[in-house]
Amino acid sequence: MRTQERVRARRRRELLGGRPYEMLRALRSALDELWGDKVGLFGLLVVVGLVLVAVLAPVLAPHDPTAGALGDRLRPPAWAEGGSARFLLGTDEQGRDILSRIIYGTRVTLLVGGSVVLLAGTFGTLAGLVAGYKGGRWDSVIMRIVDTQVAFPGLLLALVILAVVQPSVTSVIAVLALNGWMVYARMTRGVVLSVKEMPYVDAAEIVGCRPRRVVLRHILPNLASPLLTLAVLEFARIILAEAALSFLGLGIQPPQASWGLMVSQGKNYLFSAWWLVTFPGLAIALTVLGVNLLASWLRVAADPQEREKRFAAATSQRATQGTV
Amino acid sequence: MSVARTDGRVPPGGRLLEVEDLHVKFFTRRGVAHAVRGVSFRIDAGETLGLVGESGSGKSVTALALMGLIRLPGRITAGDVRWKGRSLLGPGGERLLAGIRGREIAIVFQDPMTSLNPLFTVGFQIGEVLRHHLGIGRDQARRRAIELLEMVGIAFPEQRAQQYPHEFSGGMRQRMLIAMALACEPELLIADEPTTALDVTIQAQILELLAELQRRLGIAVLLISHDLGVVAQVCHRIAVMYAGHIVETGAAEEVFSRPGHPYTEGLLRSTPRLDRVESRLQGIDGSPPDLIHPPPGCPFHPRCRLADERCPAEMPPLEDHDGREVACWHAFGRRVGEEAGAGTSHG
Amino acid sequence: MGRFAARRIAQGLLVVLGVTIVVFVVTRLVGDPVDVLLPLEATAEQRAEFEHRLGFDRPIPVQFVDYLEDLARLDFGESFWQHRPVMEIVLEHLPRTFTLVIPAMLLMVVLAVPLGVLAALRPGGFLDRVTVVLSLIGLSIPQFWLGLLLILVFAVELKLLPPLGGGSPKHMVLPVLTLALPAVGRLAMIVRSSMIEELNQQYVKMALAKGIPYARVVGVHALRNAAIPALTLSGWEFIRALAGYSVIVEFVFQWPGVGFLAMQSIERQDLFLLQGIVFVVAVMVVVVNVIVDILYKAIDPRIKLA
Repeated sequence: MRTQERVRARRRRELLGGRPYEMLRALRSALDELWGDKVGLFGLLVVVGLVLVAVLAPVLAPHDPTAGALGDRLRPPAWAEGGSARFLLGTDEQGRDILSRIIYGTRVTLLVGGSVVLLAGTFGTLAGLVAGYKGGRWDSVIMRIVDTQVAFPGLLLALVILAVVQPSVTSVIAVLALNGWMVYARMTRGVVLSVKEMPYVDAAEIVGCRPRRVVLRHILPNLASPLLTLAVLEFARIILAEAALSFLGLGIQPPQASWGLMVSQGKNYLFSAWWLVTFPGLAIALTVLGVNLLASWLRVAADPQEREKRFAAATSQRATQGTV
Repeated sequence: MSVARTDGRVPPGGRLLEVEDLHVKFFTRRGVAHAVRGVSFRIDAGETLGLVGESGSGKSVTALALMGLIRLPGRITAGDVRWKGRSLLGPGGERLLAGIRGREIAIVFQDPMTSLNPLFTVGFQIGEVLRHHLGIGRDQARRRAIELLEMVGIAFPEQRAQQYPHEFSGGMRQRMLIAMALACEPELLIADEPTTALDVTIQAQILELLAELQRRLGIAVLLISHDLGVVAQVCHRIAVMYAGHIVETGAAEEVFSRPGHPYTEGLLRSTPRLDRVESRLQGIDGSPPDLIHPPPGCPFHPRCRLADERCPAEMPPLEDHDGREVACWHAFGRRVGEEAGAGTSHG
Repeated sequence: MGRFAARRIAQGLLVVLGVTIVVFVVTRLVGDPVDVLLPLEATAEQRAEFEHRLGFDRPIPVQFVDYLEDLARLDFGESFWQHRPVMEIVLEHLPRTFTLVIPAMLLMVVLAVPLGVLAALRPGGFLDRVTVVLSLIGLSIPQFWLGLLLILVFAVELKLLPPLGGGSPKHMVLPVLTLALPAVGRLAMIVRSSMIEELNQQYVKMALAKGIPYARVVGVHALRNAAIPALTLSGWEFIRALAGYSVIVEFVFQWPGVGFLAMQSIERQDLFLLQGIVFVVAVMVVVVNVIVDILYKAIDPRIKLA
């Protein structure tokens, strides 16, 4: 049955041809893959959900995240005793609705995560490209800087810097980006070096292609998927890092809602109002888990060898159970 | 921890290995690849059998199957392998194999660059097989390893034994792998494309080494290769494989001088020769079949100049033509059923 | 060996220097240290006197040279808060941090390696999937939240362990667990994927073909090769635990180590103490890196020391 489908698809491709159709087909097979791999699907849903919630926050949140009536303070979640349906996840020490604050917290998470990945990723990738492609002096110097900075105690330095420079969304993004570019540089340089070895790059250069063209047409495609996977993984790491900084009081400042900050504010009530700490932390954990799952799926989906291995593993299970 | 040899050594001429109707399948995403289909052959003590075929013909898989080294997604689905009369695939086969691997049957793989563990010295890795099978101590194993390195032609064996694989060239590593294989004095040495990854000059050296060791130690050798020249140097008998089937067997000289199967003929014709000047090399038209969706009947028929309507209909069995086995409806270029000069005809 | 050692020491010095430069730049140039250190009500005269006493009124390059000189003598001055030499305070707190980090790292290895290896033996199997799921959960949980949850469960609900502070082995359990568990997740994933890769290598097939028992092939041949990336990650984890996560964990559990000290000195705006802490931690990081490099060489003979 599946063979028939494939034959038909192949004929369609032969008829239509062209780049757009190839890309569509690639997308279609990626979607098929994703469906087959529920775990990856969960990851994608989490990321998409994050973006949607962040964008639609004003619509989704039942209350204003910064406004709270003291009369409503420390209400337990709706299903517990003393809770009400008005505040599904309870309220904090200032009477603000936890659920709304969590919803608005997605904005901070997305903003910080996305900005840092963009900044650090762009800078790091450029550095890696230059180091790898130009080699020689450039490579030495850039890699020396990378190696040195990698050995810095990152979080500690971030704390010191943020302590002196007043913490804010901007400074947090700056510090995290400064701390995070090295991994992109190393990876990019690695890919460039291994692609440079390939005969087809030599051929392109001999034929007279300008370096820029060589880079664009030959190196970048090889870079796309590992870079994407790395970016997603880094996104997860940045979410945790921002949460930790906010928890320590050196990240996002009140009255903005950041999940880490919420946990920090809630820890003083740990013994009496457990929901203040639990739900924001759960939000962080689930988001990071989803992003990690997406990264893991991306890595497998992008690499055909990995896909084959996965399949072999699944088949081995069925074979040992005698169903093959 | 040594395991006793099965039934002691077999005298020259005695039956060592018997493979009967072996089938191996690989379960992949694209489908089930039937890599080995009903392969049968035998090897007697002291004789050399060459297993010839192109990539994908199933020859390496056969070798792995003999030693019980097929791992998922591959599986042996039918047939039997008997070593000195005892079945290796039946119940108790795995226990037998544990004692046989590395000791009575040894294998040398194609790529010497990756067959050695980069983190251990060469001496350690050779000694390991000695210590496991023969239970000897570390010093004795080390001394024997040095002896073995000398036997395969490595100079300064005492120093070499202390060095690591990455410090050696491909040719030297292959010699070391041969030394490792011969450590416990096996009765059958399987060499899977032992020279393919090496330079031509080194190839010759390795083959000479194999031939000399075979003569001196009297071991049986199963030499697997796609290169007829390699096989011609070392082997008494030849089996030709195509698409998972054995299509021809016979004494090496006879097969080379008078091939019975059109594929063998094609292989011979496409091998460059030094003694004859030819204007063009002749290849075999077409390409090897897809093992997941093989052609019906005889798998060679799409590329065969002798094919007629019987060929796609039915797979020809391996038939005996006076000591030469050929699986073809047109063995020796004749239709089966006609009177043949040197062979008996079958109806 | 001498050349190698010299190079690594030079690299280490570069790192420490880099770190201290960053701290210097940040504290002197970006912010105004006097603002930070003096209370708001200080008069202009008090400010001037203060500046002069501490040398903040001199030109920046001069300050920098002085700073480096002091560094070389390991003189970090006196803590504003505790009025004791900075080094003394830092070195008092440092061992307590190691008391948490070292057991946590040991626990990490003891749990992650067997899990990863067993998972790799049957990829796609039950144990593999459980390991992967647990590891992913472990490495996705924010450490501070994990600590608080553990306190909630073990100290509050079950009343098994003390929630905060230091002093007895019982106090160590929760902080060590908090440090270790996410690291177990990360290391187990690496061990698992390295082992899967190694088990597919040709030398493993060769070892099996030699008749070496599977257990030995896995435990001796494959594991040794897989240990290389695992060692890399373990080194990173140690450093991150020492120089980063300890701050969080000690803060949550109020454990009086170097991390907690850092938070306190931030709170009290004790610049000198902060500088001292960062310096000492940077040195520790360099030392760990060197040790990891030496361990690499011990495992992998292909690595050239140069």
